[in-house]
Amino acid sequence: MEKSHELYWKKVLGLIRNVLIVWFLCSYGAGIMFASALDKIKLGGYPLGFWFAQQGSIYIFVALIFIYAKLMGKIDEEFDVEEK
Amino acid sequence: MSLQATIYLVVGLTFALYIGIAFWARAGSTKEFYVAGGGVHPIMNGMATGADWMSAASFISMAGMIGYMGYGGALFLMGWTGGYVLLAMLLAPYLRKFGKFTVPDFFKARFYSDTATIVAVICLLVASTTYIIGQMTGVGVAFSRFLGVSNNVGVVVGMAIVFVYAVFGGMKGITYTQVAQYCVLILAYTIPAIFISFQLTGNPIPQLGLGSTFSGSDMHMLEKLDHIVNDLGFGKYTTALPGDRLNMFVYTVSLMIGTAGLPHVIIRFFTVPKVKDARSSAGWALVFIAILYTTAPAVAAMARLNLHATINTAVKSGGDVFAEEASVQYDSRPEWFKRWEVTGLLTYEDKNADGRIQYYNDKSKNAEFLAQAEAAGWQGNELSVNNDIMVLANPEIARLPNWVIALVAAGGLAAALSTAAGLLLAISSAVSHDLLKNMFMKDLTEKGELMAGRIAMAAAIVGAGYLGMNPPDFAAGTVAIAFGLAASSIFPALMMGIFSKTMNKQGAIAGMLAGLLATMFYVFAHTGIFYVKGTEFYALFGGKDFFFGISPNAFGAIGAVINFAVAFAVKNMTAPVPSHIAEMVESVRIPRGAGEATGGH
Repeated sequence: MEKSHELYWKKVLGLIRNVLIVWFLCSYGAGIMFASALDKIKLGGYPLGFWFAQQGSIYIFVALIFIYAKLMGKIDEEFDVEEK
Repeated sequence: MSLQATIYLVVGLTFALYIGIAFWARAGSTKEFYVAGGGVHPIMNGMATGADWMSAASFISMAGMIGYMGYGGALFLMGWTGGYVLLAMLLAPYLRKFGKFTVPDFFKARFYSDTATIVAVICLLVASTTYIIGQMTGVGVAFSRFLGVSNNVGVVVGMAIVFVYAVFGGMKGITYTQVAQYCVLILAYTIPAIFISFQLTGNPIPQLGLGSTFSGSDMHMLEKLDHIVNDLGFGKYTTALPGDRLNMFVYTVSLMIGTAGLPHVIIRFFTVPKVKDARSSAGWALVFIAILYTTAPAVAAMARLNLHATINTAVKSGGDVFAEEASVQYDSRPEWFKRWEVTGLLTYEDKNADGRIQYYNDKSKNAEFLAQAEAAGWQGNELSVNNDIMVLANPEIARLPNWVIALVAAGGLAAALSTAAGLLLAISSAVSHDLLKNMFMKDLTEKGELMAGRIAMAAAIVGAGYLGMNPPDFAAGTVAIAFGLAASSIFPALMMGIFSKTMNKQGAIAGMLAGLLATMFYVFAHTGIFYVKGTEFYALFGGKDFFFGISPNAFGAIGAVINFAVAFAVKNMTAPVPSHIAEMVESVRIPRGAGEATGGH
């Protein structure tokens, strides 16, 4: 029991870490730090860095939460800790 | 029907709807009052969270700020949405599992101390009160323009409406009213945007319109805007930065973790049935929020363009902006201009006495541009435009039908009132539940607590109304400061409570106080003590830019770092956490056995 709980928490933290990496790269990375470099690429009428900052990162945030919720549900089931 | 009559009709209908819902959803128990009975469907809760979240600042001020700031305005867009990712993963499911009514409830149990609870209550009250001032100012602005009454009367009417559904319905009334308010505000925001996007680009979807070309030309919208603002001496739209990149980075962090730490947002996740629902509900909330937040940049850019095109006719045709006849004559200014002049949000001063309006950046760093402007006889910018009117006046500037203008009025009021209600609930539950029931009057009956909650709510409404009539700063500014406080005090303490098994009460208390005080100190140093002009003391610390040029509104992130650092330092010097608390932290981490939210201990 103790072992499996530790493993469960490790998996949860791993998932959170992965989601946070994507979260950081698309907003702070593409939207702020590398925005001017990305602006040289065009996405339709959008400079790419500008698009990430004002549109793209928001779409990615939405997707991230649902992906996280789904994967968490799977981990919960795997360790048999989901709510009945 | 005249514009005024249409506005009265539409606003009246939405108010009748809110009151009808409030009557249907009266709260009979403390559980209904604090967490709406705990059975709200995640999609419904997401919608209510969206309305709760999208305030007068989001609805009225944000697009204006983005339009004014250009690219750098993205800090609001990313900051006020990215926090939901943190909320969904780091806080909502665990606090839902913990299963209490309020945020201070969690502090009381996790940090096993009345002091920690009181510090949490103070942080909560400071953040919520600061935030509510912005809402009330927004209510005043919307009412005074649209209903033709004074600011103060507007605030009183708004408070009376909130009183009806918040005092009687509590969280239950607020939740279902907010669902209706979400529908009103999102329609009010997107319909004009669709019209304007279609007018300018032929593409009715604003998110795509912003990246499209102008109707009848092959020039891209954003490219055109870059040229226009450049011609008038402003920074390039798609690259303009707020201060520098570092400031933008830190500001975005502040808004994100502030979002995740704001109590009125967190308590919304106590209302869903399961831990699983708390996770997905955050996703739904962000879906509903994203509809507005991805439309806002289009509204911002298009409003900016329309505004410049109205004042200087040469910008759209690509002609000579310095030509005398390019600047519009004051006497032939459009109707909407006259209507907004009355509110004082739009002001004109004929500096060169030529009877025309010159609107340009007279503080431009481009000497060549300034020389040209001077040669054209321009003697300074003659138009000042308050950011708040960008959204409210937008439909009028684009000459949309009366019912659209009326809908925008109703939407602005819905945005301000729904957020105010959520904040009032956070404030009143902190007073009645955390202070009275859990601390000073432990033998209070449920009926007594419900009554105390309603009285606290009523008192909070009166207090908020007073602050709305005497606001210390412009709407969006005070809201940003509330974020700084939530970011520097509540968010780190919640994180440490959930993710550190060893954090003890001394660490948490010291951390919160240090984060809060550092942030308040920095903000007051720049804006004056309690925002009183003339009491700024930044000169004592090496001038206005004394911390790497971080603006006071962005300082919450630094406050949070201070909070974490102080908390861990103090923890290492004091007694370890009791074993039953460590066990509790363990149990909060797994979803099974979440049960229903209860207020008891």
